[in-house]
Amino acid sequence: MIAIVDYGVGNLFSLLCSLKAMGAPAEVTGDASRIAAAERLILPGVGAFGDARDKLRRTGLDDVVMREARAGKPLLGICLGMQMLLDEGLEFGTHKGLGLIPGRVVPMQGAVPAGLKIPQIGWNALQMDNPPHRMFHHIMQGAHMYFVHSYYAANCPDVTATCEYGIPIAAAVARDNVWGCQFHPEKSGAAGLMVLRAFCEEDI
Amino acid sequence: MITKRIIPCLDVRAGQVVKGRQFENIRDVASPVDLARRYSAEGADELVFYDITASAEGRKLFTDVLRETAAQVFIPLTVGGGIESLDDFERVLACGADKVSVNSGAVKNPELIGQAARRYGSQCVVLSCDVKRVGDGFHVFVKGGREDTGMDAIQWMRRGEALGAGELVVNSIDTDGVKQGFDLALLRLVTEAVNIPVIASGGAGSAQHFVDLFRQIPGVDAGLAASVFHYGELSIPGLKRTLADAGINVRMAYESGQPEV
Repeated sequence: MIAIVDYGVGNLFSLLCSLKAMGAPAEVTGDASRIAAAERLILPGVGAFGDARDKLRRTGLDDVVMREARAGKPLLGICLGMQMLLDEGLEFGTHKGLGLIPGRVVPMQGAVPAGLKIPQIGWNALQMDNPPHRMFHHIMQGAHMYFVHSYYAANCPDVTATCEYGIPIAAAVARDNVWGCQFHPEKSGAAGLMVLRAFCEEDI
Repeated sequence: MITKRIIPCLDVRAGQVVKGRQFENIRDVASPVDLARRYSAEGADELVFYDITASAEGRKLFTDVLRETAAQVFIPLTVGGGIESLDDFERVLACGADKVSVNSGAVKNPELIGQAARRYGSQCVVLSCDVKRVGDGFHVFVKGGREDTGMDAIQWMRRGEALGAGELVVNSIDTDGVKQGFDLALLRLVTEAVNIPVIASGGAGSAQHFVDLFRQIPGVDAGLAASVFHYGELSIPGLKRTLADAGINVRMAYESGQPEV
């Protein structure tokens, strides 16, 4: 069973459906015991870093997720869920992340060339590490993914793919059993589903 | 770099897709769920569902269609039509919409844009404007293009951006359904006035019209069309091939995650 961690942000219907489409048994749950019992965890997220981080803390699920991830359970963070895996986020103040992957989440404003629209909304091509990380097992170099974000992961040694938005932007990260993607795999068509499939199937 | 997006629009009434010419003579076309699945498989970058029924039964049929589509189609879904309150946002987001488009509801109550942006994020709020030439300028129209609000369209779009809209759909009533190309004069003005993504709508009749759109107005992020896709006059893979051949950055359907052998 894959547990989609429900801490009260965003709409998890599409994510649940996309996992079902991959034939992966999944549930949306905010129950710590269900999360502890699951084989794999997905940490979703939309909205602002501080806000989502507070909600995750208030539900007490941050401790559960950190404990399970440190014990080796596969964890995939998506979008803001990926950003929260890092050490800290600078959206509306400085907020401590889960610290599972080194790095900090900083504004694209001022970092990307003037004239580019912020947020980045749309499909951008992945530039994967060579050889590609296991999360990209089923997709081709240059596959496009759907991005919606205004902040990005910087100073991160664990980037597995970037996309170009004036500058290279971290599109995915991975450290051992902890994976993250800035893009929305559940909204990136067949290529996105293949990233979810890799997470569901790989021996992580 | 980010690609130009191609967005088929599905006008849904009583659970069926419809398309009219200049908003009139609406006729039935097909099952929205089937069409959405086909477009997604062919490489559509996003889908817009427009609810053109107002009745409660129509609403229920619409949300059923939306839910069924969201369960099977894994690209961004935008929903519009009759969105007048945060409750309306909630209703369609719960059925799997990723973005919500406001039109007349925002004209009536501009604060809706800001309230929705604060609750769901700007990325969720799309301001859709029906625009028509009046005298030397462009006015915002409501009620399916029948009523002139007297509001200057460019000013209204700037205000929408300031209130927190994350994207703009610019639908030209003058070019809608005529299939003689997008309203480039209007779109030039809009892209010079705002910094959020702009989606051009109204007038697509051929692949060349999309080439002209993206070449001549580089600030446009996406092209939206309905009948040319529904009636098979344009295929999405063929359109994308034409755009790619013209040097426009697009996402091709064939790359959609074919496993490497």
